[in-house]
Amino acid sequence: MAVSGTDRMVVVPKQNYQLQRVRNKTSDLLYSIFRYALVIGISFIILYPLFLKISVAFKDKQDIYNPTIYMIPQHFTLDNIRLAAQVMDYLPLLANTLLFVTITTLLTAISCALAGYGFARFTFPGSNILFVLVILTILVPTSTLMVPMYLHFRSFDFLGIIQLFTGREGVNLLNTYWPSMITAATAGGLKAGLFIYIFRQFFKGMPKEIEEAALIDGAGGFRTFARIMLPNAISPLITVILFSFVWQYNDTFYSALFMSESPLISLKVASLPAQANQLIPQLMGFGSNSGMKADPNYVAMIVDTGILLAIAPLIILYLFVQRYFVESIERSGVVG
Amino acid sequence: MRTLRLSLKSRRALLGLAFISPWLIGFIFLFATPLLQSIRFSFSNLSVAPGGYVLDFVGLKNFKDALLVDATFNRILIDSVGAMVLNVPMILFFSLFTATLLNQKFKGRTLARAIFFLPVILASSAVAAAESAGLINLMGDASAVESTADGGASFNVVSIVRMLANVGLPMAYVDYIVEAIMRIYEIISSSGVQILIFLAALQSVPGSMYEVAKIEGATAYESFWKITFPMVSPLILTNVIYTIIDSFAGSPVTQAIYQTAFKTQNFGLSSAMSWLYTLVIGLVLLVVGWVLSRRVHYN
Repeated sequence: MAVSGTDRMVVVPKQNYQLQRVRNKTSDLLYSIFRYALVIGISFIILYPLFLKISVAFKDKQDIYNPTIYMIPQHFTLDNIRLAAQVMDYLPLLANTLLFVTITTLLTAISCALAGYGFARFTFPGSNILFVLVILTILVPTSTLMVPMYLHFRSFDFLGIIQLFTGREGVNLLNTYWPSMITAATAGGLKAGLFIYIFRQFFKGMPKEIEEAALIDGAGGFRTFARIMLPNAISPLITVILFSFVWQYNDTFYSALFMSESPLISLKVASLPAQANQLIPQLMGFGSNSGMKADPNYVAMIVDTGILLAIAPLIILYLFVQRYFVESIERSGVVG
Repeated sequence: MRTLRLSLKSRRALLGLAFISPWLIGFIFLFATPLLQSIRFSFSNLSVAPGGYVLDFVGLKNFKDALLVDATFNRILIDSVGAMVLNVPMILFFSLFTATLLNQKFKGRTLARAIFFLPVILASSAVAAAESAGLINLMGDASAVESTADGGASFNVVSIVRMLANVGLPMAYVDYIVEAIMRIYEIISSSGVQILIFLAALQSVPGSMYEVAKIEGATAYESFWKITFPMVSPLILTNVIYTIIDSFAGSPVTQAIYQTAFKTQNFGLSSAMSWLYTLVIGLVLLVVGWVLSRRVHYN
């Protein structure tokens, strides 16, 4: 650029400025294209298995071997869903699971909120050491406690009270819902340490003046907690309830350990392929001893449909709460 | 009440104890007691008797058995640690990257967030087990499943390897990156909670810091490394620890411990295994925590 000394003062900055603006605009545009490509790509990876299952669920048997079909089936049918529901005994199973999971979730939320509040707002002898122990419960792998817990609940006897009064050995609580209820109510269930931590961080961040005002107005400690602190703790509550619900719903570890024979969706899903293999020929009208084996591709379809049925309640739940959930994360003070 | 006059301080202390009492009871009876018992079990031979069990002290025999006699435990344990060493950086990098992405303003951000957290909801060992069992059913045996699963990722890996190698990256890095690409779904589905934690951290960074940086002429790259990264670094430690624990939770080691206890009924050996496993994790956490906490920036 051949510009004289006086011109440079005026012209070049202007040109530079315009150039700069164009450059900024293109780089912004490129960046946002890049970002959309990434976001859409990752979303696709996440959603693809789900779409695949939905597609399979409505696909007719005759579409299995048709290679021209991608995702959208040619013959729609509800047979797969009906059959999968029959194999799983779906509706009673779902009702049972939901009841069980809801109760444990509520117990977990209450006990963890209490503990979190206790650790956030009170100092008592050893309060810091006790909180370190909460962190310890997150760190120790559950498999370490597996055998003693199993034996403990096999002959459950709180402080030897049962033996003291009846002389018998204690109650076998295995294959009842009690082990999970008891661990949930005592803030010792699935990842409860994490929940206590979340609640503690949240309550620590709340202004102290609110409580003091309540105290002066004559409310006791528990009333202050129930009337004032808990209603303000909506965001950590949603986080904890959603996490607890989902993890309990999907849990196979504790449920296989304590109640391997109970009708729970997670246990049923894990054994679904074997059951489908066994039951489908029967349900399709062959005798149990006829030696008929169902088409493995068809069994796979039913299994996929069954998995979709199993996760459907979670997806529906998530559709309703995801907005609060994502919002609550931003304000839940996981950070502190 | 007149006889029991407590100072405000001790009344508050009692109230605090009352709040944590459910947890405390649970901790003592359902955590501490089993923990101590499992130490005892690991040094004993446990046989189940009607209505209880009998312990014979055998010293370190169970630990020796786990490490020297059991055919697979060694290998599984080392494999799990190896897998963790590979996984944790990938998950961490991906979740920080995704959180930064989701924290920016663009159209459809709410939808993107909802989708990105879906794997937290859907990550289920039961579903994974059913899926692989369904595939085995289809293919006849497990090795066929593995080969089809590899084939299923239908893009050409060789071309990526060649491209990255041509750029001049060392082969070890190339392998690592390709590995990450091949397992992208696995990585995405195990980084949901970490994304949440990072996102919450990013939200707490005051926007004025970025404005100042912009006025001073910092590029986006610079402001990431000079502002974002130091501000979220305490949460990197949290996330590393969470990821390590999470990656161990459903590992083959847990399976092996479960099998030993409930299939072969060897409770002592199982306890010894789980303590070895706990010690390994503890050691990993200690080393990682020590190394990272010296680099973390607290404000």
